[in-house]
Amino acid sequence: MLRFLAGRLFSSFLSIIGATLAVFTLTNFHNDPRLLFVPDSGNGITQEQWDKLGERLGMNKPFHERYIDWIGRTLRGDLGISLARQMAVTDIVLAKIPATLELALGGWIFAILLGIPTGVVAAVFRGSFWDYLARGAALVGQAAPPFVTGLVLIYIFNQWIQPGGEPLLPAGGRKPEFDVKDYVLPCIALGWGAAAALMRLTRSSMLEILDSEYIRLARAKGVNFTTVIFKHALRNALIAPVTSALLIFSGWLNGALVVEIIFSWPGIGYDALYRAVNDNDFPLLLGTVFVFILIYLIFATIADIAYTIIDPRVRLN
Amino acid sequence: MTTETSSSQFNPLKYWLVTWSFFRRYPVFPAVILVVLVIAAIIGPTVAPYERDIGDVRARHNLPGTVDIKFPTKPKGGIDLTDTDISAGSTFMTTYELPTDNQIFDIDKDGSYNNNISWNEDSPNTPDILFSNITQEGAVLNFEIIANEDIFEGQNDNIILDVQVIRTDTKLLDIWPDGYHFLGNDHVGRDVFSRLLHGAQISMMVVGISLVAGMTIGVALGLIAGYTATRYEPNIGFNVTYKGKKRRIAILSPWLVDEFITRFVDIWYALPFLMVALVVTLIFGRGLTVLMGVLALIAWSGFVRVIRAQTLIIRELDFVASAKINGATSFRIMYKHILPGVLNTAVVVATLNTSGLILAESVLSFVGAGIQPPTPAWGVMTNEGRDYLAIAPHQVMVPGGAIFLVVLALNFLGDWLRDRLDPRLRQVD
Repeated sequence: MLRFLAGRLFSSFLSIIGATLAVFTLTNFHNDPRLLFVPDSGNGITQEQWDKLGERLGMNKPFHERYIDWIGRTLRGDLGISLARQMAVTDIVLAKIPATLELALGGWIFAILLGIPTGVVAAVFRGSFWDYLARGAALVGQAAPPFVTGLVLIYIFNQWIQPGGEPLLPAGGRKPEFDVKDYVLPCIALGWGAAAALMRLTRSSMLEILDSEYIRLARAKGVNFTTVIFKHALRNALIAPVTSALLIFSGWLNGALVVEIIFSWPGIGYDALYRAVNDNDFPLLLGTVFVFILIYLIFATIADIAYTIIDPRVRLN
Repeated sequence: MTTETSSSQFNPLKYWLVTWSFFRRYPVFPAVILVVLVIAAIIGPTVAPYERDIGDVRARHNLPGTVDIKFPTKPKGGIDLTDTDISAGSTFMTTYELPTDNQIFDIDKDGSYNNNISWNEDSPNTPDILFSNITQEGAVLNFEIIANEDIFEGQNDNIILDVQVIRTDTKLLDIWPDGYHFLGNDHVGRDVFSRLLHGAQISMMVVGISLVAGMTIGVALGLIAGYTATRYEPNIGFNVTYKGKKRRIAILSPWLVDEFITRFVDIWYALPFLMVALVVTLIFGRGLTVLMGVLALIAWSGFVRVIRAQTLIIRELDFVASAKINGATSFRIMYKHILPGVLNTAVVVATLNTSGLILAESVLSFVGAGIQPPTPAWGVMTNEGRDYLAIAPHQVMVPGGAIFLVVLALNFLGDWLRDRLDPRLRQVD
């Protein structure tokens, strides 16, 4: 177990090094990074400003030293200063993280609450109308990109259903004070695809368990149907969905970006990353990508470890 | 007895059952959708009824199925030639001020208009007149007119030439009904259906090229990794004698190659792809080539593990061993003996990955890192319609629905192909 943990942590560490190195190399391999945020290929900027900018970015040092410098500063919690906003990147990112985590958590809860029960129902009543309905909904959920789902939801619940002339739910944004209505549409848009994936996974693993000998034995001995489902089958069938749910949470930073853009959600994806790309704000971009990958890897590692704890059979590798 | 009679008679229920089982067994609807998509991608731009990037502001946000009744529009008044002398063959200059209530003034703001003015030839008072040049200065049109016959003052009492403004998103297809917009117009007045057809071609091209590139890289790396995945292969190194024992120090072992590739794929899996794409587009600029590169970067890693696992099985078979005994090089064994065996799997993985790539392409275009407007990728079209959801929902629903349908069809087809060609890949029922 300890060996497995060590190996897992080591490969996460390699991933972080690889990712940051890739971003760093790409920026330096192609061009002077200064050109990325100086408009018009550096015309209209004095040599003095250009040099000052270079000094601030550490351009006078060789590549590997710059990279090591950046790593060192990052370990001390200093991700540099945003060019477009003249604020510390750490501050920007830390201020935006709660909104993103709230969104992801809301979507996650929605996906689990919708996906796992429907999966169980579809498996238990295999071939019934509800099974087909759930599978059809899952196919729809998996094929619809998050931005289409989000826009359709906005159209239905904001533009179409307007009891008393007021939209039922707000189309986006997050008020400073907590309001459940703000969370409903973004969380559904984010969680819909995951709910579909969880439903299919729960259904297939539940079917596999229900076909097994020990379930048949329990039924033959006359154990209550409900007891068999909830005590014997469900506990074993939930292994795969639970670990997959953890992985989904970590993989959500991709989908969250799109959902945040649609709903103008003040999270790290929309307010830090998307803006950084549009403003050519290199330090902010690098810092945000770093934080993204860090969060992603932390959750992926947790999911991996949880998997081995829940299901010791997979510990072989 | 009864079976004989029923089989000789026409039984509609039986035919329905046969049809139904056929539909259940083969993915007919997904195949139809994909065939339509491929046809649209190939001939779409040639049969598109309207121009791709030129729209008519007067037709903006038209709902699907609208026949544009504003076609053609006549401004009030015209050019009065009552008190002028024009002799045949000479050039006559006159001006015409456009009425202010006409939306033709939008032409300069959008840049998507040409000034296309013609004489109303239906007018009974029209003399035989040609125009040689029309220029526009703000609201004033300057005409240079050449008459084919002499026109003298007082000869014709009311010669007023109507100026007719022709809509400029010219219909390209003659059989298409006049002013008919099958899927409505977008916020610039461009025909959504035409843009959808153009977008199909662009999306298919981008996804196809990146998929082929990613597949080539992924299959090659998977083959190499699988073929070298052992510690017993010969390596490049040297022998040393240390404490009386002979040892071999390997400098470059094939095993290392496999280790490197699989480790690299693991790391690659850990990267959120949208991050990679955003960084790459920021650095290399937004464009079609960069987008294809980014998508290929996403596509390749899906192949490596599966192909590697397949190669590990195939290389233990006898025909590979006999090829090796006969002195075939590693490259030849991989290319001639193992590759044909893994191609099936590669095709299945490719089909399963295509829908993911289409989604990735549309997400990237939606975010603004992919195809740039006014090029009509479906993701771009959806993004452009986002602001007009209240008044023109079709602008989001049409391209979004197209993405959805294609991805749905590809998912179905991928599952079916997997079950047919390579059931071992099956994970989820």
